[in-house]
Amino acid sequence: MITIVDYGLGNIRAFLNVYNRLNIEAATAASADELRGASKLILPGVGAFDHAMRRLEESGMRATLDDLVLHKGVPVLGVCVGMQMLGRSSEEGELRGLGWIDGRVRGFASLPAATGLPLPHMGWNDVYPVSRNNLFDQLESDARFYFLHSFYFECANREDALAVSRYGTDFSCAVNSANIFGVQFHPEKSHHFGTRLLKNFAEL
Amino acid sequence: MLRPRIIPCLLVKNGGLVKTVQFKDPKYVGDPINAVKIFNEKETDELIVVDIDATVQGAEPNYRRIAHLAVECRMPLCYGGGIKQADQAKRIIGLGVEKIAISSAAVENPPLISKIAQEIGSQSVVVVFDVKRRPKLGDYEVWTHNGTRTTGRLVIDLAKEVESLGAGEIVVNSIDNDGQMNGYDVTLATCVRAATRLPLTLLGGAGSLSDIGKLIGACGVVGAAAGSLFVFKGVYRAVLINYPTQLQKDDLIAAALRP
Repeated sequence: MITIVDYGLGNIRAFLNVYNRLNIEAATAASADELRGASKLILPGVGAFDHAMRRLEESGMRATLDDLVLHKGVPVLGVCVGMQMLGRSSEEGELRGLGWIDGRVRGFASLPAATGLPLPHMGWNDVYPVSRNNLFDQLESDARFYFLHSFYFECANREDALAVSRYGTDFSCAVNSANIFGVQFHPEKSHHFGTRLLKNFAEL
Repeated sequence: MLRPRIIPCLLVKNGGLVKTVQFKDPKYVGDPINAVKIFNEKETDELIVVDIDATVQGAEPNYRRIAHLAVECRMPLCYGGGIKQADQAKRIIGLGVEKIAISSAAVENPPLISKIAQEIGSQSVVVVFDVKRRPKLGDYEVWTHNGTRTTGRLVIDLAKEVESLGAGEIVVNSIDNDGQMNGYDVTLATCVRAATRLPLTLLGGAGSLSDIGKLIGACGVVGAAAGSLFVFKGVYRAVLINYPTQLQKDDLIAAALRP
């Protein structure tokens, strides 16, 4: 059972639609009770970092999520701001992140290499896996995904980067440490490429 | 490489899909949900859907219809029409729409942009400017209410203003070129491109893929939106939903961006 964490942010419906089409059981959870029984978790997110962290804290699910992910080893996939929340902190806000993967979130705006590039980074971009992982299994070499963001994840440990994308600079657009995964792009809106990745996550 | 986006723009009137010429003479071209399903199969980059009745009639967005669209739509969806308040925008995003578009309301009540951005994030706030060229001066004024009211403001000034207020994208729609299928107004595109750092999408005038190539050649990574091009085929404008393949898009973009 794939459980999509519903704390009021992100396109929950789009994930359910993809898994419905794949005939993979998926449901949303909006409370700690509903999280029980999850064998895989998806943590979506859009908007500002602090807003997302606050909403998650207020949802009453934080402690249960920590327990499932850090102690029970349930695989989790953070998406977009959901990936950024995996880190310790963000240049975009004041609040602490979940700290599940060592890293911090930085902005393209303050990056000299991105000077003059339109922001947010919006549209379809290439994704280059940098280490072998089943999450990218059977994806074509020209796989492309839909991005919509102005901040990116900077891994503290290089080996946590799973794939990079390029916007002024190479940035980690997919990360992984043990059972914890994150993607900056939107697999739920990336046609057959995204569907493949979400299927791979379900089959990990 | 970040690719230019090629975006069908669908107009909805009385629940049906229509296409206009210079914002007039809406012609019925089919069912919106059916069109969305075809664009899904064609793996379209993004989709813009605008309810052209809502603002003019002062109507509330049709949430039931938007929810239906969002459920069917497998690509990023931008919805516009009738949004005047932040809570309406928030509700629409909650239905599974990636971005909301505001036009009249953004010009009449600029602080609304910041309010909506605080609720749903800047990345999801699209401001649409409907513009007409002033023939004598050669500059571009922003109009509202389906091209019936002028604001007396220049698009380059308003573009800078909405960027500072927290918009996440600007769509510039040429009223003069709407439905003409004679190409984009590339002068308009380059002058707005120079005025803002926000992602920019042009709408109005595309009649062929080569028109899109010319826009990309002039502006680089830009959104190229079109109505007629993706719903009509041939000189008699027979209704046929169409969209380039991934290979066609890649070739078009590579040729347009070649130095």
